[in-house]
Amino acid sequence: MPLLEIDKDKCIGCGGCIEACPLGALSLVDDLAVVNDKCTACGACLLACPVHALNLPEALPQEVAVNLVAYSGVWVWIEQFHGRIGSISIEMLGQGRKLADQRKVALTACVLGHNVEHITKEAISFGADRVFWVDDESLAAYSTAPYASTLISLIREYKPEIFLLGASSRGRDLAGSVASVLYTGLTADCTGLDIDLENGLLLQTRPAFGGNIMATIICAYHRPQMATVRYHVFEMPIADSRRQGQVIPIKAAMSAEQITAHVIDSILEKDEIKLADARIIVSGGRGVGGPAGFETIRKLAEVLGGAVGSSRQAVDAGWISYAHQVGQTGRTVRPDLYIACGISGQIQHLAGMKTSKVIVAINKNPDAPIFNVANYGIVGDLFQIVPALTEQFKKKLHK
Amino acid sequence: MKIIVCIKQVPGITDVKINPETNTLIREGISSIINPFDMYAIEEGLRIKEKFGGKVTVISLGPPQAINALKEAVGMGADEAIQLSDRAFAGSDSWATAYTLALAIKKIGNFNIILCGKQAIDGDTGQVGPGIASQLGITQLTYVFKIIKLEPESSTITVERLLEEGREIVEAKLPALLTVVKDINQPRATTLFHIRRASSLSIPTWTVVDLPGVDPYRLGLKGSPTQVIKIFSPPKREGVLDLIKADSAEQSAAILADKIIAEKIL
Repeated sequence: MPLLEIDKDKCIGCGGCIEACPLGALSLVDDLAVVNDKCTACGACLLACPVHALNLPEALPQEVAVNLVAYSGVWVWIEQFHGRIGSISIEMLGQGRKLADQRKVALTACVLGHNVEHITKEAISFGADRVFWVDDESLAAYSTAPYASTLISLIREYKPEIFLLGASSRGRDLAGSVASVLYTGLTADCTGLDIDLENGLLLQTRPAFGGNIMATIICAYHRPQMATVRYHVFEMPIADSRRQGQVIPIKAAMSAEQITAHVIDSILEKDEIKLADARIIVSGGRGVGGPAGFETIRKLAEVLGGAVGSSRQAVDAGWISYAHQVGQTGRTVRPDLYIACGISGQIQHLAGMKTSKVIVAINKNPDAPIFNVANYGIVGDLFQIVPALTEQFKKKLHK
Repeated sequence: MKIIVCIKQVPGITDVKINPETNTLIREGISSIINPFDMYAIEEGLRIKEKFGGKVTVISLGPPQAINALKEAVGMGADEAIQLSDRAFAGSDSWATAYTLALAIKKIGNFNIILCGKQAIDGDTGQVGPGIASQLGITQLTYVFKIIKLEPESSTITVERLLEEGREIVEAKLPALLTVVKDINQPRATTLFHIRRASSLSIPTWTVVDLPGVDPYRLGLKGSPTQVIKIFSPPKREGVLDLIKADSAEQSAAILADKIIAEKIL
């Protein structure tokens, strides 16, 4: 039996809720809204009802064991790989600084790794007031348990109000583990973070249903309020090497013997620029015709200093590896420039790229759905247009 | 090998279209499917069983009709299925979902590997897998796209994970929870033999009373730390399509290059 309650006396049978339901769980029977078992209590219908006939039982403040006022400060997990700070963590520090200023609290960076003292300085230059620096051989390569246990013990001791992580593979891996143990709310893959000025709560906005709806989510009764944030959502802060901050060395919570998973090797992608944090992506689809065709795509990407992406069809055909797939079953990207070559633009592909700043479509078929989301388009043969475009950029950018 | 696969029934997004006038979803004839990433998890479970013997159990938390997803998994070859469905579970966020599934897995007990898809295509959070692993206190290996080695005698597993920078090879102790990406395998179709089995197999439905040690205040909407306070349509893309038409590919390319440069994003 679904949780949604419908007040039959109030319902006017307008059907607004039916439009709003992403699951097809509502229908009209005798001019009144009825709900079926497909309802997942997502709440999408509540705001669509003009007469407030729909209701979900209030989420009660469980236990209220958490002393909310004891929690203060904004924290950011600093992701590093082979001693280099992740671009997404710099972005988090920029937004973390803004949220901390709004709440009039300090910004803390959590730097975990081995031989990562230089990153503590970088974190301060990008806005951190305080850095927890956990340097241990057992933390050299990211692994869930040693990283999560250290962060959990820090959170239990110092009680941050807000804890932000990048929505990278590691960030999502770590956040899910930490929030689960702490019994606190985690909003994944946010594309917006704000403070509600009335109650100080973190307003976390994220897309759902393949980007077809947006939801704003709060965590009212649990702390810290945790969120992972997608790439390229916030402005990059500018480093200020004169900034001062406190660096506090901390011991890792888990001993090396307790760790049950070990990274034994890593194989880096040959491409210089990775899809996830690329500012420019040139993508190829079915129209590329084969693995050789991707050379054309690659050359344009190279001239622009961008990454190579692809549609699912090209990956399934074996023309390019899965690491390049953009879309619902691949990666979600939001670069400044996305050039789609020979990609028709099925809804699954659009879900992975339609929030890119500027979209360019090059396709033979003038009716291809990709043109509906594109800012610029050329109808024509990509094997003529893409090389010509590569030449133009070579001339115009490098003179 | 005792393998548990967690699956979710989701709306088949291919059927979802947007009404351009109201910018809302048109769901006529919306179908429900097994979350595509979970299909890879089921397939991987079946392959492990075929190689090492054992049993594949699929579980799903959801409304009553999610039983169809479980039947499909049995139709592919899973040995048994358990449904978790109760009004008390409705409205669960990723925390409460992981909590409920972890309790069910504890009750099933005695497992070696838990498999999940890397994320569900409706919620897109990817947090339930890690949540279950933490609740159970077992190793988690996310974004796995290849099992390189599995040694039941020494209870070790070696996998390749797909990360932003490339791939990473991780060796871990079992029991472990794996979340898998698309590239790991090609899921098989259902077969008549297994579909027949699925139609005669009794799939138990577990409710709150079937979960030992459950804290009812941690279930469903009530037990979920996060609350949705607003739902809205995504902002429409600004501007209209500037379709470039010129006499030759060179000319079109020159015009396009100038326009992109003028955007000041390069």
